Amino acid sequence: MDIPWDIIVIQTVNGLVSGMILALVASGLTLIFGIMDVVNFAHGELFMLGAYMGVIVLTTTGSFWLALVLAILIVALLGAAMQVITLRPLLGRDPLNTILATFGISLVLQNYALWQFGPVARKIQEPFTGQFTLFYLQYPWYRIVIAALSAGIIGGLYLFLKYGRYGIWIRATTQDRVMAQAMGIPVPWVHTGVFAIGAGMAAASGVLFGPLVGVNHAMGLDWVLKAFIVVVVGGMGNLGGSILAAIFISLLEAYASIWVSPSQAIIVSSVVLILTLLFRPTGLFVPTPK
Amino acid sequence: MSPSDTSKQPLVAVEDIHTYYGKSHILNGVSLQVGAGEVVGLLGRNGVGKSTTLKTIMGLVSPSQGRVLFEGKTVSGMPSHKLARLGIGYVPEDRRIFKLLTVMENLRTGLDRDGVTEEKKKQLLDKAFTYFPRLGERRAQAGGTLSGGEQQMLAIARVMMLEPKIVLLDEPTEGLMPRMVSQIREIIDVLHQEGVAILLVEQNVPLTLAASQRVYFMEKGAVRHQALASSLTVNDPVIHQYLGV
Amino acid sequence: MTQISKRRATVYWTGFSIIVVLLIVAPLVLPEFWRRFLTEILIWGLLAMSSDLLIGYTGMVSFGHSAFFGLGMYGAAAAILMVKPPNLWLAILYGLAGSAAIALFVAYFSTRLRDIYFAITTLIFSQIFYVIIFTWTEVTGGENGLSFPRPQLGIPGIYTTPFTSTTLHWFVLAAVVISYLILRRITQSPFGMVLQSIRENEARTRAIGYPVERYKMVAVMLSGLFAGLAGVLYAVQNRFAAPDFVYFLISGEVVIFNVMGGIGTLLGPILGAGFFLGLRELFSRLFPWIATTFNMPQIEQFPYLIPLGIIFILMVIFLPQGLLGFAKRWLNST
Repeated sequence: MDIPWDIIVIQTVNGLVSGMILALVASGLTLIFGIMDVVNFAHGELFMLGAYMGVIVLTTTGSFWLALVLAILIVALLGAAMQVITLRPLLGRDPLNTILATFGISLVLQNYALWQFGPVARKIQEPFTGQFTLFYLQYPWYRIVIAALSAGIIGGLYLFLKYGRYGIWIRATTQDRVMAQAMGIPVPWVHTGVFAIGAGMAAASGVLFGPLVGVNHAMGLDWVLKAFIVVVVGGMGNLGGSILAAIFISLLEAYASIWVSPSQAIIVSSVVLILTLLFRPTGLFVPTPK
Repeated sequence: MSPSDTSKQPLVAVEDIHTYYGKSHILNGVSLQVGAGEVVGLLGRNGVGKSTTLKTIMGLVSPSQGRVLFEGKTVSGMPSHKLARLGIGYVPEDRRIFKLLTVMENLRTGLDRDGVTEEKKKQLLDKAFTYFPRLGERRAQAGGTLSGGEQQMLAIARVMMLEPKIVLLDEPTEGLMPRMVSQIREIIDVLHQEGVAILLVEQNVPLTLAASQRVYFMEKGAVRHQALASSLTVNDPVIHQYLGV
Repeated sequence: MTQISKRRATVYWTGFSIIVVLLIVAPLVLPEFWRRFLTEILIWGLLAMSSDLLIGYTGMVSFGHSAFFGLGMYGAAAAILMVKPPNLWLAILYGLAGSAAIALFVAYFSTRLRDIYFAITTLIFSQIFYVIIFTWTEVTGGENGLSFPRPQLGIPGIYTTPFTSTTLHWFVLAAVVISYLILRRITQSPFGMVLQSIRENEARTRAIGYPVERYKMVAVMLSGLFAGLAGVLYAVQNRFAAPDFVYFLISGEVVIFNVMGGIGTLLGPILGAGFFLGLRELFSRLFPWIATTFNMPQIEQFPYLIPLGIIFILMVIFLPQGLLGFAKRWLNST
């Protein structure tokens, strides 16, 4: 068989690019789960709202980078408000309650976006055009940049968790919430802060990814599912695992779409999920506990 | 029979606490006081509710009746992180240091507070490493790699970083070698000299009698007796009554 | 039975009979639209009730019921389209077979998983089926779905008569009532007791010696069967099958019905379905009316899911036991 090396390389690059963006969305999700045991069904909607905020700021100010920053801040605040109003009262209750509450929120946010912005997709302009030649394709520089930016944001998160004062608070709270409180760490606010960070990261992915696809009210749904698959395969609460899983799954899907249509590529990730659940339920990249 | 410091209000007062775990009536009317700078022992057999009393004071468990007062103000029902900020330090029975954080990071959970200057932080750290040189050597190591005794030291050092007014110590010498036990004794004395009050739950009777000014005895979820530590010997009939087999 | 429980049982069955009689009489007095509306509530109620067996009694939250429902629908469609003349009972058979097969598949993979993992996995499975149905256009009609005639009531070859909306309603009512009685019997049987014990404390149930995975698998299959039946009824009533019904949002709505009505009550979910669908009708009419009356055109398209979603969230926070939750004990002991 004639191996189409050039297509494979192109798909590798594509896979890495979408992998980084998926990693950004998924790491927010896994962070929230790892620290608060909350499965945030509304995460895709935070992604979607970030993209819409980006559209609005971009059309009013014309600056992509300002749009990125403002979208992150606004959605982070929205996330914090969400957590304080709907999730704090559910603390200590069955985890089913938070799944339901966040599912309800996702319905409300999605429909709000539908009502406010209408069903027609919007477009975010790429902040710069310019392409380089990759084999026979003109590959847009922009895609490389967003992959790099996503990696940068995740890297920033990692540093923040490792060295910052609040990073220590977050890690202590993850390990032992009770003792963290006994040491004076204001755990309820740590939770709100983490949720806001996760929301901000989702919003960032929304803005970064916006130029690649149309921005519309339903864009969150597909990403939420993919992100969940990534989080389970990577090991829930495992930041490094999610990133690896995101890249792994995106690469697989990119290669698969050489032969099948993209909407069927989700079957690929689902198969990975099933295999993971059967043989390594704690996560593909996590050593199985004895 | 027992002189308590009535000239000023106690630092911590527990008034007729009743606490339940599910349907079990664990604390059945516990009342005690600790004055500022006092070392007070809490003795009793296993399961009488000594640990639960400490947990109730620290806000980890909510009493269904009664109240806890700190410097005269009711604090029962307040979340633990506020109590820690007010000046109550808690060293639990199983140490519970943050195993995945380094020694330094563990200490920082107590150090990183509002209103503490960098210089003060350095002072407190130096103090910790002076009293616990082993921790200084291992400061970049993960807490989980320390030995049992070292983890106990870390648990106490961490609480000292909070500059507490009272430290609740739950069986600090459990499972430790004799050499470490005397180290614990020294730490208690140091804290006492600095004016920090201590409520000490212990099975080690000689240590408790030597280190404390006053001792309470608990039985079946309530405080039944108190005495001056100096008035008791290890073989006292009171000791046998509340701790004997 | 003791005196008290005998009296309780009488009260319960009397109340139950009254409601059933009301439901029988309803189509005779209601206008066409509301007749169909009531039938739809019963069908969705059956779907929600099937899900309650898992959520309320076994403690397993499934977001995959849309798959069982959809397969029931497509199964019935297959029977109606492939075998002429369209045979009602064959449709039911195919539909149940289809959903049972899917339930077996899902059960095999998911019953090892706890809580959240189970919920997410069922969700992803239902999405897989959605994609398969959506893209396999030759067999399933893809995006547009399948439309087909309504089979006749009766036994082909002996006597058949076309359904009227009233007789269809009675047929659906009969199916739902029988399903309820069966499910009730199941939940009160020793099998049902084990399920509830799994919900209370899975580890302990396992430690006592019960093969928990097998019980869970049977629970999923039973749940899938009744969900499939709901799908068949829906196909018969509406004469089409579409991939939209396999989309996970449907599963989400089912869980909403369960929570709103009260999990672990079997009847609660039916009430929850009625409550939700009723509110939907209300809001769908309210906003256009407000828009025209107060001249606020932007309100006209205000999505009903916004106030409905908010009500749902408020119920999760403040009324987690649902509308019938307060009667849960009572309903289960009679």
